[in-house]
Amino acid sequence: MSQYKLVHCNINGKDVERMVDVRASLTDMLRNEYHLTSVKKGCEVGECGACNVLINGEAFNSCIYLAVWAEGKTILTLEGLEGPNGELSDIQQAFIDETAIQCGFCTPGFIMTAVEILNSGKEYSDEELRKLLSGHLCRCTGYENILRAVKKTMYKRLGKEMPA
Amino acid sequence: MYDMKALYEAESVQHAIQLRLEHPEAQIIAGGSDVLVQMREGKRAGKELISIYMIDAMRGVSIDEAENIRIGSLTSFSHITHDPIIQKYINVLGEAVDQVGSPQIRNIGTIGGNTCNGVTSADSASTLHAWEAVVELTGVNGVRRLPIKDFYIKAGVVDIRAEEGEIQTAILIPKVSYENTFGHYIKYGMRNAMEIASLGCSVNVRLSDDKQTIDRCRIAYGVAGPVPMRVPSAEAVANGSAMTEDMVNEFSLAVLNDINPRDSWRASKAFRQHIAVEMAKRALIESIHRAGGEIK
Repeated sequence: MSQYKLVHCNINGKDVERMVDVRASLTDMLRNEYHLTSVKKGCEVGECGACNVLINGEAFNSCIYLAVWAEGKTILTLEGLEGPNGELSDIQQAFIDETAIQCGFCTPGFIMTAVEILNSGKEYSDEELRKLLSGHLCRCTGYENILRAVKKTMYKRLGKEMPA
Repeated sequence: MYDMKALYEAESVQHAIQLRLEHPEAQIIAGGSDVLVQMREGKRAGKELISIYMIDAMRGVSIDEAENIRIGSLTSFSHITHDPIIQKYINVLGEAVDQVGSPQIRNIGTIGGNTCNGVTSADSASTLHAWEAVVELTGVNGVRRLPIKDFYIKAGVVDIRAEEGEIQTAILIPKVSYENTFGHYIKYGMRNAMEIASLGCSVNVRLSDDKQTIDRCRIAYGVAGPVPMRVPSAEAVANGSAMTEDMVNEFSLAVLNDINPRDSWRASKAFRQHIAVEMAKRALIESIHRAGGEIK
């Protein structure tokens, strides 16, 4: 017996609503109903971070978040970072500049966590940044370039010189 | 898609109780970081779920009229860590739950789910035992409160009367438990993130007014037995004692009288006993320092 529920939410700045199968994860809803394919299906048990999105400004693994819980929430995916003329955001550009990408599968998740970190407006130590980024697995880059991309953008936004 | 039979969304505590009575076979889901993973693994596949996640009244930290710290059961780990009341009175709890899983897990995981699972390794559990937390359950017969040590019955089993429609609605820290009290939690795991504790140790102390002796010391472990446990032998050594290196050593060795860890693939019994002594020592020293005391 299928069970459906009408789910209203705001995705990437737009108010939307859709009938959703209650068995769906938020990953299923974002990919299948809204074609937001930056939200990757990785481990699907909340370990790898590839499906990470921001819900009301906080990072969540959408694979272990029921789609019906999105009711009334504000959701931001990587697609929502795009500028009006298709421009990349500063953190996306930093990932390119620092070669923080190889296969790219983990990248949208990492970038959305980075957005939460950067939006806090705080200055974090390397140790704190490593902990804040620890909910993502990357099998290509060795993490150092990712850390550097986030750190560089953090200092840029704070208007400070990045320590050597 | 999750393999679930049906999902019932509770809109209030009363609604959740009613749903529980109507669907006695259904599993309660709070944040879902355990239940949904188990469902994905097939362990809970095909089951009915009662979701309580949308009951916002069960979120947040406050101080109630009896001056208890009241933590709504759906409060996420990250909200506990960042809460000013927690930071002021029981910072160690915020530090303990900041070691759960990963940042994303700490945004979805709830303290109610962490305790209702009944697992010994839960990062919140040893600190809640060491601070003599009180669990609040709400059911068709009203509110029932019980000490956390009585809430845990055996591994994976807690005292919730499903037949009375009970759900856990809050965790309370009594004033007598948190006043002038300072603590420290140490988690031993094989890696820093996305790891379950091999052993967890939480210590807290209240010093005498002149800060020369320990007025009250409490210590609890996770993974030192089938459920989280206090260590009365060690507490007896510290209570009323002057803060000396000898006392700290005697205290840490006394934990071996009470703990009963097992061999598992994560760590052997012998290794757990070995690190238990060292963790007790380090956690006590840090707790004394945080309380403004000095070890002579």
